[in-house]
Amino acid sequence: MNESPMTASSDALDVTVVLNGETRQLKVQPWTTVLDLLRLDLGLTGTKKGCDHGQCGACTVLIDGQRVNSCLQLAVMQDGREITTIEGLARDGQLHAMQQSFVEHDAFQCGYCTPGQIMSAIALIQEGRARTRDEIREYMSGNICRCGAYPNIVDAIEDVLAQSGANQREAAE
Amino acid sequence: MLKNDPHIGSPRNRVDGPSKVTGTAKYAAEFEAPDLAYGYVVSSSVARGRISRIDAGDAEAVPGVLKVFTHENRPRTAWFSHNYQDEVAPPGKPFRPLYDNEIQYSGQPVALVVADDFETARYAASLVRVDYEAEPHETDLRVVRAKAYVPPKKRSGITPPPKPRGDAMKAYSEAPVRIWGEYAIATEHHNPMEPHATTVVWQGDGKITVHDKIQGALNTQGYVANVFGLSKDDVRVISPFIGGAFGSGLRPQYQLFLAVMAALDLERSVRVELTRDQMFTFVHRPETINTVGLGANPDGTLLALKHEAVAVTSRFEDYQEVVVNWSSLLYHADNVELTYKIAQVDTYTPGDMRAPGAPLGTFAVESAMDELAYATGIDPVQLRLRNYTERDENENKAYTSKELRACYQVGAERFGWSKRSAEPRSMREGRELIGWGMATGVWEAQMNKTSARAVLTIDGKLEVATATADIGTGTYTILTQIGADALGLPMENVTALLADSALPKSPVEGGSWTAASAGTAVDAACRIVREQLLAYAQKMDGSPLADAMIDQVTFTNGSMVLTADPSRSVTLVAAMKAGGVDRIEAQETVSPSKINQQSYSAYTHSAVFAEVRVDEELGVVRVTRIVNAVAAGRILNPKTARSQILGGVVWGISMALHEETFTDHNLGRFMNHNFAEYHVPVNADIHDIDVIFVDEHDDKASPIGVKGLGEIGIVGTAAAVANAIYHATGKRIRDLPITIDKILAAQE
Amino acid sequence: MNRFNYLRPGNLDEAVHALAADPAARVIAGGTNLIDLMKYNVERPQSLVDVTRIAGLSTIEETDGGGLRIGALVPNTGVAYDPRIEERYPLLSSAILAGATPQLRNAASTGGNLNQRTRCYYFYDAGTPCNKREPGTGCPAIDGVNRIHAILGQSEHCIATHPSDMCVALAALEAVVHVTGPGGARTIPMAEYHRLPGDRPEIDTTLAQGEIVTGVELPADAKGFATNYTYLKLRDRLSYAFALVSVAAALDIDGGTVRRARIVLGGVAHKPWRRPDAENLLAGKPAGSDTFAAAANLLLEGAKGYEHNAFKIELARKAIVRALAQAAASTPQSQVDKRIR
Repeated sequence: MNESPMTASSDALDVTVVLNGETRQLKVQPWTTVLDLLRLDLGLTGTKKGCDHGQCGACTVLIDGQRVNSCLQLAVMQDGREITTIEGLARDGQLHAMQQSFVEHDAFQCGYCTPGQIMSAIALIQEGRARTRDEIREYMSGNICRCGAYPNIVDAIEDVLAQSGANQREAAE
Repeated sequence: MLKNDPHIGSPRNRVDGPSKVTGTAKYAAEFEAPDLAYGYVVSSSVARGRISRIDAGDAEAVPGVLKVFTHENRPRTAWFSHNYQDEVAPPGKPFRPLYDNEIQYSGQPVALVVADDFETARYAASLVRVDYEAEPHETDLRVVRAKAYVPPKKRSGITPPPKPRGDAMKAYSEAPVRIWGEYAIATEHHNPMEPHATTVVWQGDGKITVHDKIQGALNTQGYVANVFGLSKDDVRVISPFIGGAFGSGLRPQYQLFLAVMAALDLERSVRVELTRDQMFTFVHRPETINTVGLGANPDGTLLALKHEAVAVTSRFEDYQEVVVNWSSLLYHADNVELTYKIAQVDTYTPGDMRAPGAPLGTFAVESAMDELAYATGIDPVQLRLRNYTERDENENKAYTSKELRACYQVGAERFGWSKRSAEPRSMREGRELIGWGMATGVWEAQMNKTSARAVLTIDGKLEVATATADIGTGTYTILTQIGADALGLPMENVTALLADSALPKSPVEGGSWTAASAGTAVDAACRIVREQLLAYAQKMDGSPLADAMIDQVTFTNGSMVLTADPSRSVTLVAAMKAGGVDRIEAQETVSPSKINQQSYSAYTHSAVFAEVRVDEELGVVRVTRIVNAVAAGRILNPKTARSQILGGVVWGISMALHEETFTDHNLGRFMNHNFAEYHVPVNADIHDIDVIFVDEHDDKASPIGVKGLGEIGIVGTAAAVANAIYHATGKRIRDLPITIDKILAAQE
Repeated sequence: MNRFNYLRPGNLDEAVHALAADPAARVIAGGTNLIDLMKYNVERPQSLVDVTRIAGLSTIEETDGGGLRIGALVPNTGVAYDPRIEERYPLLSSAILAGATPQLRNAASTGGNLNQRTRCYYFYDAGTPCNKREPGTGCPAIDGVNRIHAILGQSEHCIATHPSDMCVALAALEAVVHVTGPGGARTIPMAEYHRLPGDRPEIDTTLAQGEIVTGVELPADAKGFATNYTYLKLRDRLSYAFALVSVAAALDIDGGTVRRARIVLGGVAHKPWRRPDAENLLAGKPAGSDTFAAAANLLLEGAKGYEHNAFKIELARKAIVRALAQAAASTPQSQVDKRIR
């Protein structure tokens, strides 16, 4: 793609992405966001639209492993990228450790911000910069929860963080 | 004796948890339909006047646009405004979308662009040109306050202030200690995370299935049937998940009207989803100004209590909520005068928002009580105990239960209140002043007439069902627990069905009444199933339960067991086989006890303790600790119950420090209509919140002993935070939210 | 969002050419502000020029002079956590981490942050007049809701502020913006990159038609500010909010005496607000609060408030003194622990 002559189009464009581990060849309009692509075109409604302006975090997905607001990403710009959504977490019906921890700690109420919280929390752990509760709080501040489940969200993440720390120590031993 | 391990009262994970954490729970805008069209709303930019011209030509010319609906081409709908009245509408003439060219408020929908896809509808909507003849508007409560009036027609379910007792003004003027203040709360918007949305699925032959963001499927069904002249049989409403609502989903909102209108006209499935900006174009918590006067003896005994509130409403409906009654409910005074007035502005009608009215009135009276505590030198908890009410003096009734004393005591203990140094500005750490404040919370414990169904099948599975909604409160979970305990089944064998207009009737989910109402109804339906099961079991030859009465039998582990002799039992499946049935279905309708209602008042209570840290120079506030001790009768599920209180407390902190919708009174328009500038707390704003449920036995508020929890957490919290800020800084701020500028400007 | 032509140039020349050919074209990289504004119909570009596939703009490189050059496409996260930035320009890391959220910082580019537009309520609301959005329609903020508006450098046409945290630190570090346009490459000092509204509030920067930001250079001599610095941001909630007032403060201290000082304010003007004469007041003097207050007074000279934002003047005065004290004590404000040091 980098070497090709300049792409110019106001029509739908071909885009290839790896979506939840599966290579997908898609045709997208230039003005379609990743969020609308997921929700409206691909039926992946687990990623939520809360504000559509990067002000709430409900639409958080991982693109090439980084958490981003999918509402502000144009689908046409994702060619060659890897996108992970909430639908891509559970394996063989087994919840991801973060999903399970959210259930155990009752880290949600209405559930609408939850997929975004979980994607963000998984990224937070991968980033490796949060150790304390203050750090979890700050690095989870891009995900608004109007139900006010914040203390439980911090508990849920702290729990997984402790588990992953324990796993790492085990691996080191 | 048989030991039973009940689900009720035990912490249980939310039964809808897995669907929420995997993203499979479907919300209103997520239902699919073949050939689905998308509507996008065009909103008014003036607050009052008329549309002089509307030009949709450019929009209609965009390929993919199906139709642009305006007042000029709107299909025929009900003419009379009363047809638009819903279950919980206040007195007045409800807003009728696209009715005519009149503009009643800024942000009013003026057109709906419907297209084959969302992006086309959105783009075409930007091409609709609307010209207005603007007329003078008013949106400022401080301007219209002088024209405030006592609502001539009472809103159903809202108790007006009680009649005056004694002579409050005289007693106030003669009282040795007097407190007088004005306490204001800014306009707030509900802003659930899920924007309001409706997906109408066209089923053919004029039949539609509606997925609406609504707190009561039947309210939507009734509204749609009335407005569009449809038979209820042709309108099925299914809304299993609501992404928060907090009251914004009590009344059918305009996206429902628009989606149904377009679907019926186009004979096609249509979805209308509002933008976050448009979430500021219907329903809000009304800006309210309280005036409170307290007259007391030097020992803190109240002599006079005066509380007046003035709140905004729209020009077309008299919205009302209970703001002032709480003051004289909480505190005894011989002389009491309460007044509640509303004043009209050019906005949409305000509406119920989490604990409607209560946090506004209690912020005022609990701030004033704090002021009285300092004026008399009495500890704030002691002052409240000194004026404690043993009866509801507003209605002259006994309480069904009131463990508020225990809330004060347990809360204070947990918080460490006794270590508080009374003097303001007397606690600090480095550059931060530390403040400890407290306040009381109160909310009505209600129960409403509700029907439920229980179906037990031969595979040992139970399904319980009622039409009400679970907006995140945990209704699915508690009904599952109730069903499981009633029939002695594991929770995995029980399914709760909700939010479907085809299910047994239930009022809207709100007011903290759902657990008591739906819970009692499900329990009652299950009791019929139990009796049927026992009857079948007794048909068996040599039945081990032959002579047992229902209250001598325990339902556990899929069996009916004689409580006194556990060796005598019959499995539920065996009983059904004996009865020759493969399913038992029962439906029951429950209502609150009229006798209890006549003789008793039912309220939940709380004591909230807050610690704040305030940067002395810069006025930055951090709420570092909250203890909320709640008396709410029986707690069905301590895990989800705690979450309800956590959420309420976060809302209280938000009311105290963050939330405010700014109005440009020149334009008559809310201006910070987004999540970047309308601040609700983020994770970094919320620290430890300690929730305590004190023991409270109540056999009168509802048959299952439940009082409800959705609202109580917010009530009192804002006042506790404001009182803590005073204790920290010596600055009394009577105007919420308490932002940096107010702290810097306030005098000690 | 309007319909537009999507262009994906493979190199800088193509990008410049595409931009120069179409005044209504916009560059897109992270998209965090542009897509936001397009959905509000505030930006309605004819073309979007996607520069994210252009090679050579995504790294942070050492310069010959001993500084660092940050490619325009390096995301805010990449800048904030780059070990060289953390070590040599921690003020920049701190300022970036004070802004937005991890999600937005992952997406937002360095060039885009420089070009982000004001958060003024009226600018964002196409249902209201705004001289910045539609020149000549007026500025309702002046007599309207103006809590988040400017107290310095306003004009009768516009009282909007620049919302960036990163740019406040870049201004303090005297960074230099590298741009390339039809006329070739040039550099613009940060102090000149953003402009005051004057009678052309629709123009935010001094970037010429067809020019693209290619990078930002941090000068070697700013490394002296790596010990005594802070970024103090005051806002209406403790994270994920734009600044009411922010202060980037950096001191080059030698044996208790200030050699050089930098003080830049964010959230108070149409650009990061800096006055070298205020900084010069500190030079050669001991690091103490008397001189700090004098510098604050000078920096805020001529400040003017409106109905809702007048408080910012006193808040800024106090914040400047506090920030300088933090810098002098080498106790930079943590962006995680919300206690103000």
